[in-house]
Amino acid sequence: MKKMIFSTVAALTLMSAPAMAAEPVKIGMITTLSGGGSSLGIDIRDGFQLAVDMRGGMLGDRKVELIIADDARKVGNAKQIADRMLKRDKVDIMTGIVWSNLALAVVPDVTKAGKFYLSPNAGPSKLAGKGCHMNYFNVAWQNDNLHEAAGQYVNDKSHKNVYIMAPNYPAGKDALAGFKRYYKGKIAGEVYTKLGQVDYAAELANLRAAKPDAVFFFLPGGMGINFVKQYAQAGLNKSTPLYGPAFSFDEGILKAVGDTALGVFNTSQWNKDIKNAANIDFVSNFHKTYGRFPSLYASQGFDTALLLDSAIRAVDGDMSKTDLFRDALRAAKFQSVRGPFRFGPNHHPIQDIYVREVYKDGDNITNKIVGKVFSSHGDAYAADCKM
Amino acid sequence: MANSTLSRKSLVLLLGLVVLLALPPVALALDEAFFISLFSRILIYALAAVSLDLILGYAGMASLGHGAFLGVGAYVVGILAFHVSEDLAIPFLPGAWTGTTSAVIAWSAAIVMSALVALAIGALSLRTSGVYFIMITLAFAQMLYFFFVSLVTYGGDDGVNLEQRNSFPLLDLGDDTRFYYVCLAVLLGFIYLCQRLVNSRFGMVMRGCKQNETRMRALGFETYKYKLACFVIAGAGAGLAGALAANQSEFVSPGLMHWTRSGEVMVMVILGGMGTLFGPVFGAIALLLMEEILAAYTQHWMIILGPILILVVLFARRGIYGFLAGDGGRDG
Amino acid sequence: MTFFLFLEQTLNAFQLGVMLFLMAAGLTLVFGIMNMINLAHGSFYMIGAYVAAYVGHLTGSFFIAVAVALPVAAIVGMAVETIALRKLYNRDHLDQVLATFGLILFFNELTSIIWGPQAIFVPIPPLFAGSVEIIPGVPYPVYRLVIIAAGLAVAVLLRLLIVKTRTGMLIRAGASNREMVSALGVDIDRLYTVVFGLGALLAGLAGALAGPILATEIGMGENILILTFVVIIVGGIGSIRGALIGALLVGLVDTYGRAFLPTLLRALFEDPSVADGVGASVSSMSIYILMAVVLVIRPRGLFQAYG
Repeated sequence: MKKMIFSTVAALTLMSAPAMAAEPVKIGMITTLSGGGSSLGIDIRDGFQLAVDMRGGMLGDRKVELIIADDARKVGNAKQIADRMLKRDKVDIMTGIVWSNLALAVVPDVTKAGKFYLSPNAGPSKLAGKGCHMNYFNVAWQNDNLHEAAGQYVNDKSHKNVYIMAPNYPAGKDALAGFKRYYKGKIAGEVYTKLGQVDYAAELANLRAAKPDAVFFFLPGGMGINFVKQYAQAGLNKSTPLYGPAFSFDEGILKAVGDTALGVFNTSQWNKDIKNAANIDFVSNFHKTYGRFPSLYASQGFDTALLLDSAIRAVDGDMSKTDLFRDALRAAKFQSVRGPFRFGPNHHPIQDIYVREVYKDGDNITNKIVGKVFSSHGDAYAADCKM
Repeated sequence: MANSTLSRKSLVLLLGLVVLLALPPVALALDEAFFISLFSRILIYALAAVSLDLILGYAGMASLGHGAFLGVGAYVVGILAFHVSEDLAIPFLPGAWTGTTSAVIAWSAAIVMSALVALAIGALSLRTSGVYFIMITLAFAQMLYFFFVSLVTYGGDDGVNLEQRNSFPLLDLGDDTRFYYVCLAVLLGFIYLCQRLVNSRFGMVMRGCKQNETRMRALGFETYKYKLACFVIAGAGAGLAGALAANQSEFVSPGLMHWTRSGEVMVMVILGGMGTLFGPVFGAIALLLMEEILAAYTQHWMIILGPILILVVLFARRGIYGFLAGDGGRDG
Repeated sequence: MTFFLFLEQTLNAFQLGVMLFLMAAGLTLVFGIMNMINLAHGSFYMIGAYVAAYVGHLTGSFFIAVAVALPVAAIVGMAVETIALRKLYNRDHLDQVLATFGLILFFNELTSIIWGPQAIFVPIPPLFAGSVEIIPGVPYPVYRLVIIAAGLAVAVLLRLLIVKTRTGMLIRAGASNREMVSALGVDIDRLYTVVFGLGALLAGLAGALAGPILATEIGMGENILILTFVVIIVGGIGSIRGALIGALLVGLVDTYGRAFLPTLLRALFEDPSVADGVGASVSSMSIYILMAVVLVIRPRGLFQAYG
């Protein structure tokens, strides 16, 4: 019953430029806007919306109708919304899903219906390998990527006995698999928690008893906030350093956890201090529009819209040219805010991955890039993809 | 008077049937194929609601765990299909059966499995009564919910995706219109069966139990057995609804047996009219359409639904069907 | 597994148990005295948590936040009782389930309209931040100890209220024989409203205390509600003592299951994610198994109401 579905038709600014066609391009966005994981979905939506607004309600010189619905992080909801968007709203393109379990259920429905899906976040291994599809593109990363970088970095820091933790869902398993692919030391403990779990008292007690010399964890959204807070309350932050992917240390989370996260190293493909014209423009516009700094989720939503912009323009707004449209997506001729970006053979990114440190910038707790872990990094599943 | 209410009831039912029969061609003509899949879902929930009403409205057993059988039925279909697509033998079964996508086999298996589960749950739960019965059925449903959450092989929390719908010989269920008519036929068949049941001696005993179980026992009826049989039939009906639901969304997850789902089905029964066989159908239509329509206007539609529910409980016990069909609504 | 780890997990179990007791005490009284199933009890918990989060955010004081949250929860509880639920006392349980299910939907949406659909994060009050070593070498968060202390204090106060005061006498009498109390000319309506308000207040307290360690979000009430029902069914409806024992029992079963089952299951399964998945769900199932077993052996719970 807890389903708060709504459709909002994006405010369309009337432009003086001649409209390419009367009918707007319909984009369906299913994302998480309520409950514990909502900050991620909100950032993706806002990043995407910003790119559309900056172009006067258009992508590729065509008007855009953005239909947004909240999945409340439930697979059943997402499936039902997708059915409605494909059949009732007749969307051309779908995007927006945050969580890998939802993506695994919905993406096949979209591609089966002959439509395109652009993932602004979730990149489960199955969709990068055996389950890849010519109409599925991931604009963020394959799930393992940031964790692989963390594994490499923890190795570089010569930790030998690391405790690792993730939620029990596809992305959680991808995370720990990715970490272990590059980390060469001993595993002090490997724990899968319940997705959406908020109290980590029992896990922290076990963690302390295992006496690791570092902890790697992947707990996106609210789970990460609680974990980092409780980790500090238990006094563990003084004895055992924490490592994680950017997901647990993005802008929204840092605001909630405060000083306790200072000095933590985390891996990301993007940060707001990356110096390129697109990113500088993006960060300042985002801050001006929403009054907060963008997270990496927002950057991914923004990039997704930019990619669409380039591909719609390449077909002159004619969405019936599916083959040309697909080629244009694959070419990825847009300036990503993260810098160099291209697609691998399985339509997943090949990109640089950095390590960031949490520091205090005046009153603001935020991240700065302190090094690059991987250059032009692809993923481990591309070889399994037969397109 | 009796005549006029009877015809009013017949009129309502006839009109309802005509609307349901004509829906797919009309929807297709209007290029609104979405309504076919929406109404397939409604018919499936109507089936679940009718089966719940059998124990709730006729036998007075307030079960808050009906979602369990819905889930078991759906998982039978989901697991059988999963083994076909992975070409994997099903564990704990003799031989190396790799599942099936045949509707006849899978749906029968769903009915049998959910009936067995209902037999087990009912046998224990019926030892209690009143509030304890509500709670113990809830507890068993939650137990099954967590059991399926733990089945990592079958997706755990995320459930199982079906590659395609089950198949009948000569009938492609992948087509939404055909699937819709199958759902409608199954629903009507089940209602017919229930009608026969409640008007039989068995039905008399059930209603007797609802009013005064002690008296029925004094009259020499083994009420426990009657109630258990009724519980099993209702469970089997919900299991069939689960099998259809799995086919409709081509997806199965533990969410089907979460207690709020059981609550939702219960709401359909009450909204439509408890203790009638057609009431729950109207309830399912009303609730799911309300969800669909209100959701389009406001994301906060449940703030409207909540008070409606309370008002219905307080003042309109006969539900929508009772309102539409008048006194003749009670068919038993 | 060390002895210290076991002790630490026992404290965790107590903390959960105490939280459940705060919820169960009110629910079991309403159940026992008015013979009323109130699914919306979790909503009072949510209201307590949200009001405390909101006031705490405005004033920066945890104590003011709790002090405001308690009466708000109590007033909402009494208002709901007077407006809607009073009419349901003589209806069957099914009606009560449905009407209060409707209340859940209403309160969830209302909260979402007022405070937005996102989860709110509440900081630990600075006074109780950090940890102490009550067991040498094992720092334990002060705040969780505060919760345990608060819960035990409430248990003692409730005991005094019920044993020593006139209201308590009426509550005891009401739980064992309702008709008798009204026959004696007691204003039964007022007693009901007071009991309902007291239950809502305790649920609000549980919610306000839970804020800093759990996420304050829509639907938080339903999760704890089901656990609370298990507690009072196991403990016996209408019995405060049963609620306390039941709450601690459920807390122990849940926490030990979560903490130690995966380790035990690791020995059985190769894949740690399978072991943890099974461990997590068997431990959440274990509570319901406990309840089913209790009901099959003692169909009316472990303790009888006062009588």
